Amino acid sequence: MMKEKIMGGVFFIAAMASILAVLLICVFLFANGIPAMAEIGFFDFILGREWAPTDNPASYGIFPMIVGSLYITAGAILIGVPIGILTAVFMAYYCPKPLYRFLKPATELLAGIPSIVYGFFGLVVLVPLVRMIGGNGNSILTASILLGIMILPTIIGVSESAIRSVPRSYYEGALALGATHERSLFACVLPAAKSGIMAGVILGIGRAIGETMAVIMVAGNQARMPRGILRGVRTLTANIVMEMGYAADLHREALIATGVVLFVFILIINVCFALLKRRSDK
Amino acid sequence: MKKQLNHPGSFIVRALIFLAAALTFGALLFIIFYILIKGIPHIRPELFALHYNTENVSMFPAIVNTVITTVCSLGIAAILGIFTAIYLVEYAKRGNKIVGLIRLTAETLSGIPSIVYGLFGMLFFVTYLEFGYSILAGALTLSIMILPLIMRTTEEALKAVPDSYREASFGLGAGKLRTVFKVVLPSAVPGILAGVILAVGRIVGETAALIYTAGTVAELPEGLFSSGRTLAVHMYALSSEGLYTNQAYATAVVLLVLVLGINTLSAYLSRRLMK
Repeated sequence: MMKEKIMGGVFFIAAMASILAVLLICVFLFANGIPAMAEIGFFDFILGREWAPTDNPASYGIFPMIVGSLYITAGAILIGVPIGILTAVFMAYYCPKPLYRFLKPATELLAGIPSIVYGFFGLVVLVPLVRMIGGNGNSILTASILLGIMILPTIIGVSESAIRSVPRSYYEGALALGATHERSLFACVLPAAKSGIMAGVILGIGRAIGETMAVIMVAGNQARMPRGILRGVRTLTANIVMEMGYAADLHREALIATGVVLFVFILIINVCFALLKRRSDK
Repeated sequence: MKKQLNHPGSFIVRALIFLAAALTFGALLFIIFYILIKGIPHIRPELFALHYNTENVSMFPAIVNTVITTVCSLGIAAILGIFTAIYLVEYAKRGNKIVGLIRLTAETLSGIPSIVYGLFGMLFFVTYLEFGYSILAGALTLSIMILPLIMRTTEEALKAVPDSYREASFGLGAGKLRTVFKVVLPSAVPGILAGVILAVGRIVGETAALIYTAGTVAELPEGLFSSGRTLAVHMYALSSEGLYTNQAYATAVVLLVLVLGINTLSAYLSRRLMK
């Protein structure tokens, strides 16, 4: 009996690990980031348009990076969401069964490719392609296309299961009323799967805003306000990786504070996702 | 065909759907084959030399580091993740508040981007616990990152074990612990393994969480407390320096084949579970 009790306790303690991990992450990020925000001034930090940590006097404004992250994420959504949702429709209603057995694992492979390989692919293929349109190729457009591809598996996976969870009778009812195959899908099935699909889109936004390595390799990383989609831009994530290697003192803390801003963005996105998911599960 | 021409809108929509699917799978095939075709000719024996130097740009130390990092982080995360799942499925009572909290934190963890894990690992393991840039710090950081993945897949695998197994075991007089370890866990092994293998794939492909925890030293490690870069970090270093594009292609091939092989194995295992 003693052994039962002890192991029960061990399982319980192990289960506390994830709670402890989240607590530690919050405590260490905030404790190291907030003082820097206070020292720089919260609004100077968030809304400051100049990032020049090595200048004298130094300025630590991360507004260009916030805007950069938002632009690239918006671009990725514009490219990835329509393709992703249409592919999910294809997977759920058009794909022949024998083909599905290959294509379903294929979408998972797309999720499995490491982001550094995506980044390298972007660097050697997409950057020269975009350079033909204009600019030097390292740009918002390049990063958006690459991220658009990278969030496809997330959006396809969540949307497909949302579409599949809509009762088949909706679709059949619409068909019986004389609607075409496509009309039944877009007028009946997709609206019913709306909140599940939205959850997928939000998950995709989270992936895009947090993506680091792929973006660094194709976005140009200039720490200034973006000036058009063919010009370079730096994201919050890139800012951390680019400068953490040599930063010290307030500069280092400002980078951690950049991480805090990113973390808060992600937490907000997670809450939205959880709320939507709960609604779609009902 | 005639029916389709009566509804041009539907026809266009259908064409768009097929176009989107073609784009998705075309992009996947293009990425994989582009890397393979460009990279395979650059795979040379000296890339696997025992020691790294700027002449041979060997990825062998990086492969060793990857293996060590994977084993360490799996060792921690698999035990914690599987035990947590056992607690959630077998022990926790229905409507327990802690269960909701654990689920919430696991969801939060799985949404956190890897660079934030990297920052946390740098602040906590590297600086606060004074591990320095080390394989251990990297492995611990990654173990937190893959914890929710292992937890979720194990939980699903445990839930898929029919209750009749448990009841039969109890009926034969086995205690709870014996039931869990002798009956429930063995029949959930393929599912758990699928999750663990998927986690290996994530570890092998991870870069951002490792740069500032495990560091970027390109040599064989002397121990868990020495810095060492994994294959993915090695590849980042090669491609961002811009001097070793050919070697970066070759590294990309190795990385891609490894990760895709690992993911396929995991998918195969979880499909077997579904049957």
